[in-house]
Amino acid sequence: MSAPVLEISNLRKSFGDEVVLQNISFSVPVHTATVFIGASGSGKSTLLRCINLLDSVDDGVIKIDGEDITDPTIKSDQVRRKLGMVFQAFNLFPHMTVRKNITLAPIQVHGLSKDEANARADELLNRFGLMEKADQYPDRLSGGQQQRVAIIRSIALRPRLLLLDEITSALDPVLVNEVLSTVRDLKNDGMTMVLATHEMGFAKQVADEVCYLEAGQIVERGSAQQMIETPQDQRTIDFLKRVHEAGRL
Amino acid sequence: MSSTEQGAVSDDGDRASAFSNTWEPSALEISRRKVRKKQNQRNTLIAIFSTVVVLGTLITLLVTSPGFKSLTDTFFAWAYGVEVLPKIILGFSTNVLLTIIASTCVAIFGMIIALTRTSRSPALLPFRILATAYVDIFRGIPMLLVILLVGFGIPALRISGLTNNVLILGTAAVVITYSAYVAEVLRSGILTVHPSQRAAARSLGLSHFQTLRFVVLPQALRRVTPPLLNDLVSLIKDTGLVSILGVTDAIRAAQIASSRSFNYTPYVMAAIIFLLITIPLTRFTDRTIRRSIEKQNAQGLA
Ligand SMILES: Nc1ncnc2c1ncn2[C@@H]1O[C@H](COP(=O)(O)OP(=O)(O)O)[C@@H](O)[C@H]1O
Ligand SMILES: [Mg+2]
Repeated sequence: MSAPVLEISNLRKSFGDEVVLQNISFSVPVHTATVFIGASGSGKSTLLRCINLLDSVDDGVIKIDGEDITDPTIKSDQVRRKLGMVFQAFNLFPHMTVRKNITLAPIQVHGLSKDEANARADELLNRFGLMEKADQYPDRLSGGQQQRVAIIRSIALRPRLLLLDEITSALDPVLVNEVLSTVRDLKNDGMTMVLATHEMGFAKQVADEVCYLEAGQIVERGSAQQMIETPQDQRTIDFLKRVHEAGRL
Repeated sequence: MSSTEQGAVSDDGDRASAFSNTWEPSALEISRRKVRKKQNQRNTLIAIFSTVVVLGTLITLLVTSPGFKSLTDTFFAWAYGVEVLPKIILGFSTNVLLTIIASTCVAIFGMIIALTRTSRSPALLPFRILATAYVDIFRGIPMLLVILLVGFGIPALRISGLTNNVLILGTAAVVITYSAYVAEVLRSGILTVHPSQRAAARSLGLSHFQTLRFVVLPQALRRVTPPLLNDLVSLIKDTGLVSILGVTDAIRAAQIASSRSFNYTPYVMAAIIFLLITIPLTRFTDRTIRRSIEKQNAQGLA
């Protein structure tokens, strides 16, 4: 097997005195998805933000395609070009149409011509059934549509790795499915991803590996099947029970 | 109420009929409409009556007051006013020129100062300190003082190569002061753009500068357009202050005319000329403010 797309060893991160992540080690082979589950505040967002260099780490190594991106001399813009990230709160640019949102980075960062970028955007919008929204502003779209546009925006850059941070948490339950099915399509295309989610059913469908995070540490990990159906660690069992009671299994 | 509902209500009542072409208002609705129409007519009548009474009383009081004749002779000698009008208009062209040049310079300097103050780069720390001091100082001094200091102070230095032209020095003083005001307005606009917008832009690989240019500034400018327009109105009026340096603007032209005739109509003429520009601009500003508030409310509901 070739080198993993993402390889993290002994990552540690704190905010002031509060240690938010420690002893985090895992790797994500190409075309696979690693899903992080865990309670709110367990450190999932911080982990994804560290991979994207939006937060700096205290210790440990993060490698993307074998390149250590925690090296202080690295150009963070260059690293981010290989990564796509989708946030819980969509974060579309409200002053740009859907198409402009998608083409901004391909044009400005990757140097595509406007025509090339538009063609790429339209191809993706078509594929995910959003073509008729191309010239609308984000505030005219439903939450689910906005989040799908945010996903398209991040994959328009053809990233090596896609980071998805609880992308359905801000959505109405009826809108969750359209977003999840978009992610399933990407997974089937072979996109490598790291996700944080509360949707266990979805995790079971897309995850090659599931890690349970508690208080900034990976408590247990395993295949999706094993983690969600036969977890071993008591803390994982308790967490899944709470999620189950909240009606999300 | 959602924004779409608001749109449907405020647009046109006919839209409801688009659902079915056979809809006729019910008897109840027809009687309600009649009552509403009557209420509207009554309100209009009351408004007209009250306006006529109040304004009529005021005007009568004014016209019949003992000083009215000398008042009109001193301030509203229209024939004289028309006579001096060309000179005042010529002077006002200086105000317009000064406004155009100053607002351009202010936009550039104000933006540079605002960007400096909101930057995080360690290399820019000394500039951040300077920019902060600059804003604190020049927002806190009356502009008239700055005009006097620059307009009379700089020629007193007798540095060769520096201009003694009062028009240029006066403009410089206006630019110095207004750049401080505008920088603060721009800075507040930049700060109101949520950090998640930056995070989204940076995670797409945009550089710091590209993020500013394509994501942060367009949103910030949209939000501060109304206060900036307010500042423009103030700037137009404040260009009159440079007349203290002897620049022949509208105010100075009026002053010259008035001191010859001991009649104050030239000042009133100058005031009217200013109003002809500032009132439409103020109305436009009000409309822009209303629109931006509506837009923000709509976004809050979405
Ligand atoms: N910028 C920050 N400054 C200080 N503390 C933070 C910051 N971001 C996150 N934290 C803390 O780090 C912990 C993990 O947060 P987060 O990664 O957002 O968890 P999750 O995404 O799993 O809900 C929380 O206790 C949170 O309060
Ligand atoms: Mg989170």
